[in-house]
Amino acid sequence: MPGSDPPGHSGRTIVVAFIVRRVIAAVLMLAVVSMATFAIFFLIPRALGQTPEGMASRYVGRDATPEAIQGAVKRLHLDDPLIVQYGRFAKGIVAGQDYSLGPKKAECPAPCFGFSFNNNQPVWPTLLDRLPATLSLALGAAVIWLVTGVGIGVVSALKRGSALDRAAMTVALAGVSLPIYFTGLVSLSVFAYTLGIFPGGGSYTPVTENPVMWFQSLVLPWITLAFLYAALYARLTRAGMLETMGEDYIRTARAKGLKERTVVTKHALRATLTPILTIFGLDLGLLLGGAVLTESTFSIQGVGKLVIDAIRGNDLPVVLGVTLFAAFFIVLANLIVDVLYAVVDPRVRLS
Amino acid sequence: MTTPPGSFLELRDLRIHFPTEDGLVKSVDGLSFKLDRGRTLGIVGESGSGKSVTSLGILGLHKGGRARISGEIWLDGEELVTASQDHVRSLRGKKMAMIFQDPLSAMHPYYSVGAQIIEAYRIHHDVSKAVARKHAVDLLGRVGIPQPDKRVDDFPHQFSGGMRQRAMIAMALSCDPELLIADEPTTALDVTVQAQILDLMTDLQREFNSALIIITHDLGVVAELSDDILVMYGGRCVEYGSAEDIFYRPEHPYSWGLLGSMPRLDREPTERLLPIKGTPPSLINVPSGCAFNPRCAFADRTEGRSTSQVPELLETEGGHLVRCHLPRAQRRSIWDNEIKPMLEST
Repeated sequence: MPGSDPPGHSGRTIVVAFIVRRVIAAVLMLAVVSMATFAIFFLIPRALGQTPEGMASRYVGRDATPEAIQGAVKRLHLDDPLIVQYGRFAKGIVAGQDYSLGPKKAECPAPCFGFSFNNNQPVWPTLLDRLPATLSLALGAAVIWLVTGVGIGVVSALKRGSALDRAAMTVALAGVSLPIYFTGLVSLSVFAYTLGIFPGGGSYTPVTENPVMWFQSLVLPWITLAFLYAALYARLTRAGMLETMGEDYIRTARAKGLKERTVVTKHALRATLTPILTIFGLDLGLLLGGAVLTESTFSIQGVGKLVIDAIRGNDLPVVLGVTLFAAFFIVLANLIVDVLYAVVDPRVRLS
Repeated sequence: MTTPPGSFLELRDLRIHFPTEDGLVKSVDGLSFKLDRGRTLGIVGESGSGKSVTSLGILGLHKGGRARISGEIWLDGEELVTASQDHVRSLRGKKMAMIFQDPLSAMHPYYSVGAQIIEAYRIHHDVSKAVARKHAVDLLGRVGIPQPDKRVDDFPHQFSGGMRQRAMIAMALSCDPELLIADEPTTALDVTVQAQILDLMTDLQREFNSALIIITHDLGVVAELSDDILVMYGGRCVEYGSAEDIFYRPEHPYSWGLLGSMPRLDREPTERLLPIKGTPPSLINVPSGCAFNPRCAFADRTEGRSTSQVPELLETEGGHLVRCHLPRAQRRSIWDNEIKPMLEST
């Protein structure tokens, strides 16, 4: 009989098989992303007329002699066919790689994304160095927006048409419409530079150094980033909740004699939150690859700020590294959401 | 008139109106009937005639919403329209329960069938989960679900349509309700499964001696189950009587139309059904006079009263009530001479 698998051993096997399949798919996805990224950064410039010498000249700096450039082309194997270059790039990520720059060898252990054009630092440690700031910002903001956004959305839906609902939805409309560099600068101007309640831009301190400063410096960025998402989530939750409350099974729950509060929390919220969980996972994954606008506005040295600076400075290896790094988080978030969804919604077929 | 009635369930002049931007929707507009324990009432009518709104109104599910409710609903000596929301909630699921149409959407997709029955039972009984689970398995077995101890953990989407409806019935019966309302209980099912479900409901009704209201647009279903039949049109009762009255001596032109549009096996397959012309009335701008007059083939025989006066619901004989301007003798003669021969012609 279809779909009548008893829970227990075979059910668990199906779940494990499902997770394994999704992990394999995620790894394949990352491979495809790395190829696409590599193609964008190496194939397209070449198609537009960029030569291996042109690429190499970025490594050896200004006023380089033709011999130096030729040397760099040789050392970096820039005259190899692109497929070979990609193979070397991929191998570097998986197994690490040694460059022979000049007389000394530069070791680049896995995962190797190469060295920055601008300061010759290896890309991966730089990324790891920037990650805590981005993590602090994204996770803190996520907690705030999830709690406030969903909370406001639920209350708005239950009190539809009330003054509270209208006020909340007006603020939410402002929230989704105002860009972060506006709300961020206004909050800095008011709360940091006029009232002096919170420290201003560029004050981010790692939590390991000074937890109090860490917290204080992140309050404004958290609120700024969370405001946008909370507004979005409030609108989503409100719409989802209104739809769910009109479902037949809500009427059934009431007909059983359940208290209204239980109808809302156990029956309506469960169904409303499931699609929001999906969006939340993807949003969080996206932000872990760098909250570019927020980090720039508040001068937080996170991954987003790193990539913006790298783009400005034409620092190809860093841009490439951050792109793959961000893609990794998005694929990871997708994977987690898929698995969670299968746990939360019994209708998701695992086979 | 606020004295408690002798009947188990009695509705007195129930009105359920919904204010909307387009105007006041009079979904139920002055409905009265009585129902005793162990009896079955069939409520028939087209979509939008107020059948479902009435049943949700009895359960008190319009309370606290936008609806304006007046009249009286007496259940076992208690008046429910003026009762507190919390009190009606405590009766819901226990004293009165409902079987909904389309059980796939009426059951929560994220909870197992068992969990939903257990929940219904534990609202009104202070028992452990294990005890409630055993009760749920018993119920599923009683409504004819094979291997109930295994299927209790299945989700609604893993059940077939007929099994879902059985599970829905098990859920409604979990607290031994004295009043059971079934809203289109077999609409979504195959004909063979329909018959099983109907048998199941009559068996269970006999066992519990509960009062049963079947709401449907399918005259075949009410013919099989009902002691009494109430025909609704435009939020009002247009004809009420025993099943024999409605099937063998119907007096309202709308009832004639319903009978004429019912498919019958004893007719030639080529014979066309006789649909009721026109569409159900708007419940905001109800036609003046008799709500059925724009669709009534006999409206011209009322000397103009059909568009100027609302007909009253009057007794013709022995508890058979009809809301029609045509004089009784004329209705009888139209039925005997015009409608009945047409329905029986093959």
